[in-house]
Amino acid sequence: MKIERKKRLLREMLFARRFEERCYEAYVERNIGGFLHLYPGEEACAHGVLEAADFGKDYVITSYRDHIHAIKWGADPREVMAELYAKETGVSKGRGGSMHIFDVKNRFMGGYALVGAPFPLAAGIAKAIQMQGGEEICICFLGDAANNQGTFHESLNMAKLWNLPVLYVCENNHYGIGTRIDRSTAVVDQYKRVSGYGIPSRQEDGQDVELVYKAATRAIRHVRSGKGPYFLELMTYRYRGHSMSDSNAYRARAEERMWSKRDPVIMLRDRLIEEGKMTREDFKNMDTEILDQIENEVIAFAEESPEPHVSGVERYVLAENDPWVRGGVP
Amino acid sequence: MHEIMYWEAVRRAHDEELANDDMVIVMGEDVGVVGGTYKATLGLYDKYGQERVIDTPISENGFTGLGIGASFLGVRPIIEIMSVNFAWLAMDQLFNTAAKVRYMSGGQLSAPIVVRAPGGTAHQLGSQHSARMEKVFMGIAGLRVVTPSNPRQAYGLLKSAVRCNDPVFINEHELMYNMKGEVPEKEYFHPLEGSEIAREGRDVTLFGYNISVHWCLEAADLLSRNHGIEAEVIDLFALSPLDREGIRNSVTKTHRAIIVEEAEPAVGVGAEVMAILNEECFFELDAAPVRVSALNVPIPYNHALERAVLPDANDVVEAVRKMFGI
Repeated sequence: MKIERKKRLLREMLFARRFEERCYEAYVERNIGGFLHLYPGEEACAHGVLEAADFGKDYVITSYRDHIHAIKWGADPREVMAELYAKETGVSKGRGGSMHIFDVKNRFMGGYALVGAPFPLAAGIAKAIQMQGGEEICICFLGDAANNQGTFHESLNMAKLWNLPVLYVCENNHYGIGTRIDRSTAVVDQYKRVSGYGIPSRQEDGQDVELVYKAATRAIRHVRSGKGPYFLELMTYRYRGHSMSDSNAYRARAEERMWSKRDPVIMLRDRLIEEGKMTREDFKNMDTEILDQIENEVIAFAEESPEPHVSGVERYVLAENDPWVRGGVP
Repeated sequence: MHEIMYWEAVRRAHDEELANDDMVIVMGEDVGVVGGTYKATLGLYDKYGQERVIDTPISENGFTGLGIGASFLGVRPIIEIMSVNFAWLAMDQLFNTAAKVRYMSGGQLSAPIVVRAPGGTAHQLGSQHSARMEKVFMGIAGLRVVTPSNPRQAYGLLKSAVRCNDPVFINEHELMYNMKGEVPEKEYFHPLEGSEIAREGRDVTLFGYNISVHWCLEAADLLSRNHGIEAEVIDLFALSPLDREGIRNSVTKTHRAIIVEEAEPAVGVGAEVMAILNEECFFELDAAPVRVSALNVPIPYNHALERAVLPDANDVVEAVRKMFGI
């Protein structure tokens, strides 16, 4: 990977880390309500995969842990934060919240709160791409625990049956809310579970963004070439609880320490320093810039933005002025 | 005008919409090679091919979600759920995605799908194949619910539902596919909102929808012939949104209301129409509104028991006689 790309990815991943940490603070300050699912620890997954995808063409869809995927796929971080602050300027106009970030102009097709729900939606997006003859693909990110939903099996079956251009990325963070994977799942290696559907798959280190990028590049090439779906399992870890209402008491501190040694941001930083492409000072300056940007641009925008006007509460339920509702003879 | 069967009307709407727009597809169990359990897509597989008339695996939540995902990109799926009972399995995608995605995305996405399903109680199909689920669908914001009582509506409602930019659930009836009726020979789009006066009358309004419209019409004939009571029959082909104005107008004329539903009474069409009567025209009422519903019992297999659970025209006549004290 070229040095400039590595540096940019480091910056993006550090931004992602700081963005999410700032969300945590804003939640504690009660500026963010509802449920909040944070991404620290897993940054290399979204960044490695989407770096290998075709921005502006490929479609991305995911679960409720969606802020960072949206930002990597072009959403304005200010508008994502404004959404968390429930403002009219938010990506989803304050109607969605943390779990429902949408940025359709960039083909970020949303965050969905029902575990496993995006599996068939992604297959459907891929079906539409296939019908319309495009070269795009759909990339669906979900956690390991979603694979115990029926939609996983129903969607893999249809995706292979109809040879749909969809890449399923499993961010295996080893926990489904508070239940460790080996206590919920008979076969813990998720990539093995798709072989029953004839779908090629691979397990990869999800903490090393360069390895993720390489594996995703191969996976995307497979899907884009018309060979049908692919399943990429990325082994990762979330530092925080499942959501803010999770005490995180179910994990051993030793396990957390072990994963913190494989932090995706620190690993890439240290590699750049080893290669002589960056100093600790450079990294510190980058961090300071990012923290300033988040405070002065992102948070400021969210705080200063207006809330949705209550008079608009009934908009977006149904289509407005749809002529077909009245029927008639053309 | 010429007479065709209900299933032929549904099939014709499919055929015309598939011909009109390459982005229209049909999906469901046995809709392709077999042509649909009730022949709603007969011959269309050969005409439009397997990419557009798609035999799905038996994965209701999966293929409904797939149709919704495709609709995000401009595809117009007509999804057939073989029996409405199986729609329970697709509720997550229908309610959590299709009905809510426009709202929770702030208007960026919508799911313009059509879901058709035969519902109702037919001939001894037992508890798990006799569901009447319209009450479930009509309680969810973001979904349109229509239910055709005749071939003309079956044709025109499907045509409009395909074109409409909202998700539309079409509740058909297993017993009605062979019913004959007039359908315009020219292309026709039925409104997705409103109600129709199926029979004019002045003494009492009988509200029905789908199969219960026919029970109301039969009851109205009996009432006219045997008791000199002229009942007005209102066909509530749109269950969500319900036609508040049409309901008010009829009861303002007749001052009496009876709602006839095939389903159990709780949180149903009858309950909802009564609430609308309270809100819209309470002081027009000369008698307390009454609903004629099924018993609150899972549908039995035994024929006599099955009939005992369901209302019919005689139950409607009895309800009217009681209301009039005759």
